[in-house]
Amino acid sequence: MSDMKIMVGVKRVIDYNVRVQVKSDGSGVVTDGVKMSINPFDEIALEEALRLKEAGKAAEVIAVSVGPSQAQEQLRTALAMGADRGILVTTAEQPQPLAVAKIFAALYAKEQPGLVILGKQAIDDDAGQVPQMLAGLLDVAQATNASKVELEGESARVTREIDTGIEVIEIRLPAVLSVDLRLNEPRYVKLPDIMKAKKKPIETIDAQALGVERLTFLRVIKTSTPPARQGGHKVGSVEELVQELKQRGFV
Amino acid sequence: MKEEQQPDGQEQALVEAVARFAIGQLAPHAAAWDESETFPLPQLRQAGALGLCGLFVSEDHGGLGIGRSLGVRLFEALAEGCTSFAAFLSIHNMATAMVARFGGAVVRQQHLPELTSGAKLASYCLTEPEAGSDAAALRTCAARRDDGYVLDGAKAFISGAGDTQWLVVMARTAPVGSKGISAFLVPADHPGVSYGRRERKLGWRSQATRMVLFQEVFVPEDHRLGAEGQGFAMALQALDGGRLNIAACSVGTARAALREAISYVKTRRQFGQSISQFQAVQFRLADMATELHAARALLDQAARHYDAGHRATRAFCAMAKRFCTDVAFAVADGALELHGGYGVLGDYPAERHLRDLRLHRLLEGTNDIMRLITARQLLDDHDMEGLL
Repeated sequence: MSDMKIMVGVKRVIDYNVRVQVKSDGSGVVTDGVKMSINPFDEIALEEALRLKEAGKAAEVIAVSVGPSQAQEQLRTALAMGADRGILVTTAEQPQPLAVAKIFAALYAKEQPGLVILGKQAIDDDAGQVPQMLAGLLDVAQATNASKVELEGESARVTREIDTGIEVIEIRLPAVLSVDLRLNEPRYVKLPDIMKAKKKPIETIDAQALGVERLTFLRVIKTSTPPARQGGHKVGSVEELVQELKQRGFV
Repeated sequence: MKEEQQPDGQEQALVEAVARFAIGQLAPHAAAWDESETFPLPQLRQAGALGLCGLFVSEDHGGLGIGRSLGVRLFEALAEGCTSFAAFLSIHNMATAMVARFGGAVVRQQHLPELTSGAKLASYCLTEPEAGSDAAALRTCAARRDDGYVLDGAKAFISGAGDTQWLVVMARTAPVGSKGISAFLVPADHPGVSYGRRERKLGWRSQATRMVLFQEVFVPEDHRLGAEGQGFAMALQALDGGRLNIAACSVGTARAALREAISYVKTRRQFGQSISQFQAVQFRLADMATELHAARALLDQAARHYDAGHRATRAFCAMAKRFCTDVAFAVADGALELHGGYGVLGDYPAERHLRDLRLHRLLEGTNDIMRLITARQLLDDHDMEGLL
């Protein structure tokens, strides 16, 4: 399947180094003037797609982002990493997982990729739903939380880290994969590739044009800050530590 | 200039890519490289693969072709990870840019790709044991022979010497004056090239500093860079850029020092409270940040002048180098002070930052020489206006 296309999801999220601040009215978190990046799990998904392409097992890697027009920045980074082209699906508001899955399903119908590789979750809402919903909508095989992917002809052997250990499954393509942290270590972007990325195409489509009208299904009632962490202190000796732990009823 | 024509966000993407490399691949090792005096070759190769070894070489010649305004941002980001690493890359880029700009077609074709890719590294050889601030007094001689030159002499304080594959050497093709100096590209392992011992030194400990000795070293004519007699002017021009880079490495290092100090004062408790609650500590932090930003603003202006070919570029580079290196040293000193006794321990980066930054006030021209360059222009009736 060396002429296979791989579609990869690239979500724009608050950078993992940023200390997230909740808006004073509880309606969400502050994103104005905050550093935004590609969701780290999506970066791993993209890296895997690029490695498959470099190994001659795929012909084209398409990076897809769903969200505001600024998500172009993350698509540019994906193109600099090596994706061949980008698709930005713009939405009037932040879409929830089912809407994102429907958007990907519509693009799947259009592009006919052999694999859709997605992060197992986004670090902003931690929903972790799109891959499974997408596989359901498409009625294709899925392998979630992949920590190793081997393509063999029309099928894929996928290693998954699950609570009871390591599970290896075999699925037929086309399929949806969701990737875990230990699958790979994404590459550093080369500076000349950042410059070349501006010449790669990004197609912008509105979600409505893909037939996806409804973007939200759940109402967020309130966003609030978790209780502040109590400051600790250093103890001078092991004896002191044991004594403190006993005092607090931990041992 | 060049990057201004590029779309929004690209410059930021380049800086972020370098910062990510610096934090991921340099910062975790900087202390160990310093302590064991290790030249980090694998990471230098990696930097080359990312495009950091030909920053100021045009894209036609395999470089990145960026201007200095962006260049200083990249060196800042690198230095936040490891000062000594960033400074060595500055020197390699300075020498490589000279080869790209002044090398003949043959030299450019044969040797430039290896330099811009980082497969081969270069040292810049101007200073001599008895020609430091008075660099034009250099005595290494390049005697003309039919099809080339024969080099004899000694260079001192050569960064990377012994670990680099190419030397850009300034040597005399005429007995006196700065116009009697020419530049040459010499293979570092050429017969007749030998090296002194690795100097033991205060900072920049991950890169070797050695003397380089030339005894009847033959250099073919096509390895001369630029015309005969142009070498000194070329070397000084390269230093303008080098000074911007060192200023940037200083700002980046000082930012790392400030970051460390902030995180330390938040956790350190004395007199029953976090020391960050004391105004004496707060005021010090505020001054460090303020002065660092002032330095960075001057650096930006100097870099923009360099890119625009402003006639006072040399003086601006000198002012930026002097100010940024002094401010950065003061910031690192303040950061060390805030660590109290822990600041002098090798367990914290404060003392390494201070040691590395002390070098910056001396090299690429001492800060007093920077004052001399600036004052010379101020006192020149024709050039004064460009600085006021």
